[in-house]
Amino acid sequence: MAHTDEHEGTRRDFLYYATAGTGAVVTGVAGWALVNQMNPSADVRALSSIRVDISGVEPGTQLTVLFQGKPVFIRRRTEAEIAAARADDDAALQDPIARNENVGEAPATDANRALDEDGEWLVMLGVCTHLGCVPLGDGAGDFGGWFCPCHGSHYDTAGRIRKGPANQNLLVPTAAFDGDDLVLG
Amino acid sequence: MGGIPHDHYEPKSNFEKGMAKRLPIFGLLYDTLMIPTPKNLNWMWIWGIVLTFCLALQIITGIVLVMHYIPHEDMAFASVEHIMRNVNGGHMIRYFHMNGASLFFVAVYLHIFRGLYYGSYKAPREVTWIIGMLIYLLMMGTAFMGYVLPWGQMSFHGTAVITGLFGAIPFVGEALQTWLLGASSVGQPALNRFFSLHYLLPFVIAGLVIVHIWAFHTTGNNNPTGVEVRRTSKAEAEKDTLPFWPYFVIKDLFALAVILVVFMAIVGFMPNYLGHPDNYIEANPLATPAHIVPEWYFLPFYAILRAFTADVWLVMFVDFITGGIVDAKFFGVLAMFGAIAVMALAPWLDTSSVRSGRYRPMFKIWFWILVADFIFLMWLGAMPAEEPYASLSLLGSTYWFAYFLVILPLLGVLEKPEQPPATIEDDFKAHYGKGDSVATPAE
Repeated sequence: MAHTDEHEGTRRDFLYYATAGTGAVVTGVAGWALVNQMNPSADVRALSSIRVDISGVEPGTQLTVLFQGKPVFIRRRTEAEIAAARADDDAALQDPIARNENVGEAPATDANRALDEDGEWLVMLGVCTHLGCVPLGDGAGDFGGWFCPCHGSHYDTAGRIRKGPANQNLLVPTAAFDGDDLVLG
Repeated sequence: MGGIPHDHYEPKSNFEKGMAKRLPIFGLLYDTLMIPTPKNLNWMWIWGIVLTFCLALQIITGIVLVMHYIPHEDMAFASVEHIMRNVNGGHMIRYFHMNGASLFFVAVYLHIFRGLYYGSYKAPREVTWIIGMLIYLLMMGTAFMGYVLPWGQMSFHGTAVITGLFGAIPFVGEALQTWLLGASSVGQPALNRFFSLHYLLPFVIAGLVIVHIWAFHTTGNNNPTGVEVRRTSKAEAEKDTLPFWPYFVIKDLFALAVILVVFMAIVGFMPNYLGHPDNYIEANPLATPAHIVPEWYFLPFYAILRAFTADVWLVMFVDFITGGIVDAKFFGVLAMFGAIAVMALAPWLDTSSVRSGRYRPMFKIWFWILVADFIFLMWLGAMPAEEPYASLSLLGSTYWFAYFLVILPLLGVLEKPEQPPATIEDDFKAHYGKGDSVATPAE
């Protein structure tokens, strides 16, 4: 490569850099295309919103629907569950953040977790924040809420992580009431 | 090869001479097959052949299974049942493939612990060791992706858990997980690409196996004494070695036959013993099986993953000094991969001047505790995530790291090793006694 050491800006230097530059760009573009093809495809990205009829959900029961490939828990809580959750608002919480997409950054009080003012409806992704298993519901675990069987994370009746390896409360997705329906996404 | 003096290939016929000038493949095969091999190798040196057999078995049965399998979330489970019920001999082929994975891991663990005991990882065989570790990592990746394909409950939720590991990586985790899965959760894109990679990776492994063999053919085999073959003259080298063919090939094939008797019994009479019944239930994203357990060969590392919970002081400390970047979840992931990384670093962590554990009285004790620890962790990985298993997992994980990071470096300083024999020939004579040590084939 003696010719590149002379720094005279010869025609050969130009060809050398032009070729190397083109090669680098082509390799980069091809590499990115090969990596990017693994990202979610258009049809996957298109499934952004669903509508669920919740008129039949009785207090103390839970409806589980599939939204973007993940289960969503729609629980109509009993008075006792709400009271238990609100009583624990001041307890030492493992994750003090509400994790509610509808309220933004806020403390993890029960009021900030529930979807309605009375706290009757609790809507959460049924995905353990540890490694993504589906927690068991209906009063499971040490805190009467949900329990993840994979690695033993206990969630309380507001879906807050209280014990175990998970580091976040169960996520509350964007959701809103529309008549008898709940709109997710 | 191996700097060990020996007879090289001499082309005889006109065809061989012609080929030698054009493509010296016969010479390559001859020198590979006739490589001088330490004659004191014991039965722990058979696992290489078993592993090669397993790789071939998995590739052949795998290619055949692909002729009937459909990588689609609605059809994958049914297509596996189709293989089991309708395809001629399909159930046997699948059972061979399923249990072949287990035999593969039995062999690789014994092979690795053989290397750890006899110091096969030490200079000049570090490259062989590192390539071996890469093969082991690829094997785990391949096995994991293969387990997804039947699209049963364990397949599905196991994938959710393991890809969730990548989600624990700070900052880029979620994007990385989405990229891996091709969606925000496990589904068709994940199944499809895992199928593609499960087909590809065994061939990458096959390539690395050739490099692995090339590396230890360059340095020469280790042996139970850890003493190098004498290279000063051909006569001396021949007192320490025998050619690989026929001596070791026949020995290894005999061992393989014995192992296959056991393997066939398992495939024939208890093919699902090592599996989980939950995986015969089709994947359902709405319900996680009550007890998610990986396949047995992942259990020790799974136990390490689960051991580091938020209430361990080390985890709290690391969480604090990194400002929360390394939380309990990410710490567990780091510990799991770290457990393999420290093993890969063994050549540089072991400070002892004596290679073989046979002549290291203190090392022996710690080594066998490590083996026991491995089995202990394997048991713990299968237990539910509750006390006392959580604390015991922490204890087991601690020993695993302590062995590599503390005990191996310190032993080189603290231990007074015994004197290894001067030559392999001496060791051989001590075991088999009498007479001329240059073996002659039975006529």
